[in-house]
Amino acid sequence: MSASVWPAVLGRFEWHALPFVRAWENPTLNELIGAGAAAIVVVGAIALIALITLLGKWRYLWREWLTSLDHKRIGIMYVVLAFVMLSRALVEAMLMRLQQATAINAPGVVDPEHFAQLFSTHGSIMIFFMAMPFLTGAFNYVMPLQIGARDVAFPLLNSISLWLTGGAAGLMMISLVVGTFSTGGWSGYPPYTELAFSPGVGPDYWIWAVTLGSIASTLSGLNFAVTIYKKRCPGMTLMRMPLFVWTTLCTSILMIFAMPPLTVATALLALDRYLGFHFFTNDLGGNMMNYANLFWLFGHPEVYVLILPAFGVYSEVVSTFSSKELYGYTSLVLATMAIAVLSFTVWVHHFFAMGQSANINAVFGIATMTIGVPTGVKIYDWIWTMFRGQVRFTVPMLYSLAFMMTFVLGGFTGIILAFPPLDYLVHNTLFLVAHFHNMLIPGLLYGMLAGYHYWFPKAFGFRLDEKWGRVSFGCWVIGFYLAFMPLYVLGAAGMARRTQEVFEPSFRPWLYVAGVGALILFGALASLFVQLWVSIRDREANRVTAGDPWDGRGLEWSTSAPPPDYNFALLPQVRGRDPFYDGKRDGDPYAPPPEYHPIELPRNSMTGPVLGIVGTALAFGLVWHMWWLAILGTVMIVATIIARSFARDVHRTIPVHEIERTEAHWLAAVAAARAIPRQLEMTPLNQGLAAVTR
Amino acid sequence: MTDRRSERSWEKALRTAAMLSTGGALSGCDVLKLTVVNHAGPIAAAQWHLYVVVGIVLVFVAGPVLLLTPIMAWRYRLSNEHSTYKPKWDFSWWIEGLIWIPPTGIVIGLAFLLWTYTHRLDPYRPIASTQPTVEVQAVGLDWKWLFIYPDHHVAVINQLAIPVGRPIHLSLTSGTVMQSLMVPRLGGQIYAMAGMRTELNLAASQPGVFRGENTQYNGPGFPQQKFDVVALPAPDYDRWLARVRAAAHPLDTAAYAALFQRSVPAHPIYYSRTPDGFFGYIMSRFRSSPTENER
Repeated sequence: MSASVWPAVLGRFEWHALPFVRAWENPTLNELIGAGAAAIVVVGAIALIALITLLGKWRYLWREWLTSLDHKRIGIMYVVLAFVMLSRALVEAMLMRLQQATAINAPGVVDPEHFAQLFSTHGSIMIFFMAMPFLTGAFNYVMPLQIGARDVAFPLLNSISLWLTGGAAGLMMISLVVGTFSTGGWSGYPPYTELAFSPGVGPDYWIWAVTLGSIASTLSGLNFAVTIYKKRCPGMTLMRMPLFVWTTLCTSILMIFAMPPLTVATALLALDRYLGFHFFTNDLGGNMMNYANLFWLFGHPEVYVLILPAFGVYSEVVSTFSSKELYGYTSLVLATMAIAVLSFTVWVHHFFAMGQSANINAVFGIATMTIGVPTGVKIYDWIWTMFRGQVRFTVPMLYSLAFMMTFVLGGFTGIILAFPPLDYLVHNTLFLVAHFHNMLIPGLLYGMLAGYHYWFPKAFGFRLDEKWGRVSFGCWVIGFYLAFMPLYVLGAAGMARRTQEVFEPSFRPWLYVAGVGALILFGALASLFVQLWVSIRDREANRVTAGDPWDGRGLEWSTSAPPPDYNFALLPQVRGRDPFYDGKRDGDPYAPPPEYHPIELPRNSMTGPVLGIVGTALAFGLVWHMWWLAILGTVMIVATIIARSFARDVHRTIPVHEIERTEAHWLAAVAAARAIPRQLEMTPLNQGLAAVTR
Repeated sequence: MTDRRSERSWEKALRTAAMLSTGGALSGCDVLKLTVVNHAGPIAAAQWHLYVVVGIVLVFVAGPVLLLTPIMAWRYRLSNEHSTYKPKWDFSWWIEGLIWIPPTGIVIGLAFLLWTYTHRLDPYRPIASTQPTVEVQAVGLDWKWLFIYPDHHVAVINQLAIPVGRPIHLSLTSGTVMQSLMVPRLGGQIYAMAGMRTELNLAASQPGVFRGENTQYNGPGFPQQKFDVVALPAPDYDRWLARVRAAAHPLDTAAYAALFQRSVPAHPIYYSRTPDGFFGYIMSRFRSSPTENER
């Protein structure tokens, strides 16, 4: 083959795009770290493939999981993805803390370019590939069960969303092995990310990963909103929906309206980079301020996309573990809606320093503070829910309490940042970094972990280990305070975010403390994995097959654990806000219905995995200018969609005898279980049947 | 506003307390000397004043949550058999009023404060003073700042000398990607963008050397992009200007080309002579098409 053929096949790829080659030629610590990370990805992938092959589980995996359209399976896969990406991004965070702690008047362990990639991938992953999958997974698993539905409105679309997100996350992992990632931060501000200043593949990886992720999230938002509008069971009026469903609805609406500006922003940036347009360049009439506005028009509602789901989890958890009705349901609904609407009116506060008039800054500053009111109301509603209740300090409840105490501190600094004159002094510094971690760690991560501990027994049929759960909780809380409180001080002293080297010796003690905090946070994640291991090992002792380990209130607790494919043998009939809790007290919720009917469920489809894989191939082709691959990917996407449109047999029917057998099996477990009082819910005596106190 | 605001005694006490307490044990309290707590100009002083006021208000906002959360959780724990249990109680108009109205009131109050101070401390607002304003034009470059003194036709890289007590009016633009200029002890900050002009008004009320920086990431040299703001008494400032003029190093074509190369100068560089309208010229570089530029 002549030499001129290779560029057509490989595009911009050359051997130095591989970190192994770079590390071989120049074995510095910096390159070795890069090669080590790439090796983990490669070895991890090979080990996973080998393990599945050895266990002979490919067919099982393909049939039961990868092609499944069951919202519960899809939800679990989302959460698995979130944990994988959380692990990577947390390790990156540790590395950044290590760098800053060792780079005081010294070069540290990673060079500037590498450090810039670390903060860019850390931010992009945590937002788009940890937080978004985690909350989307929680919605997927819980919301249809809570509204008494058999699945989401568009199960195939759901699978496509999952696979686009997975493909985008895969692209992030590929960028670790082939080429380099963007150095422009998670917000990818041009003109820095334009060709003139970042000619490499980095910003293109960022653009396409974020584009795939944002399309997936828009589709998810549409799917959840329609599900909630159209698939509620009889009697489930809007004002009887559990608060988690309300926050799902508000989040979905935010996704529908906030994700497209991001898709547009990244698409315009792509036009600049690929086709010589000048939307955001310095010259020829380009203006990056348009990008800033588009990005934050997404970016601020996104903050509430991340936080509202956790608010929903806390509403469920606090009420359940206080054995009490949620205080101020209507208030909470109004507050949630108010937050969702207001979130679209504050985006300018992300760039008060861009030279707008004082009037504009003041209006957006006041709008920002206004969000504090409904948020405060929500926190008080949870406090008053505990009032005259019976509070149990289970792991989800501990997360909720830690959230309330910590989040309010983030609110404190948030109001400071809402004042433009105060923002000027800390904008772009570690103060800001401390602030948004102070919002997102309690307001997203704690919430998702609370939900994980709360609904895990429902999803897998056994409880998670309490002891390791507490260890992990303790580490997340202590680690957070140690890692981020010093950043407030450093930020106030003018330490800019994204600083790879420090020239101020007085920062040293603070950076050390933050570094220790990062280590403890890593311990927290490790404890979560230990907990999972221990819980799986001891699963037989902690079974809660009867399905109601916490004396739950919503419909999701009225099924077996794990629930059957069809969720409910008969669609429930709802008469109040806490249908299962009241049902247990007013009658026998476990009484079998007089007769069963066949149930129709969506048949598995390979459309999702195929679209995810070819979508990633398309993106990879675009990143490396392998035009043949990009064209092939596009053709394959169109072909897949056309092929799917010919599929007629898209449902499967579950016959009555199978339903009878499944239900009988569960009801036998209920009959055999001992009803336990709340004092024993954290012990192995808990078999998922609650003793009813009237 | 250049007349130094007489600081109220309680503010002074707070300032001292903040300086002493936080991290004192860690010997990390040095760090506070770099913050707005140790303000050295009227803008930063007003910002610190606002910090204190907002901080005090917020203690009353956050305090109840920090107190009530543990109290409620502990008082109504399952093992406490002396606490009332009312599982069906879920609403009270009194509590509704309490959780909606006072926070709304506080936000309205803060909104007035925000409106007033946002206008008073608008970076574009000239600082009222009996003394003449010093015009300085700042250009963000990779990875350095160029400060042009148009009235004196001199320019300096990575050093901003200013006379104590006189208002400084900075015009900013960028010769490259977006950057952001901040001097924590004097006030800040404002973005600098290519082809556009932003403004920042500052003043120093005491002589000293204050750290200034770019806070917007712009490449590998970013952490080194710091400069000193040197506040000098009037005679010293004039001597400094004379020294720059005497540098015998005009900003000619060669020096101009070097400006736009990515570099981190080890020391400040003095340019004894700059062309007229140099700042405007740098801005216009991006306005026209490349072909027009070449003409």
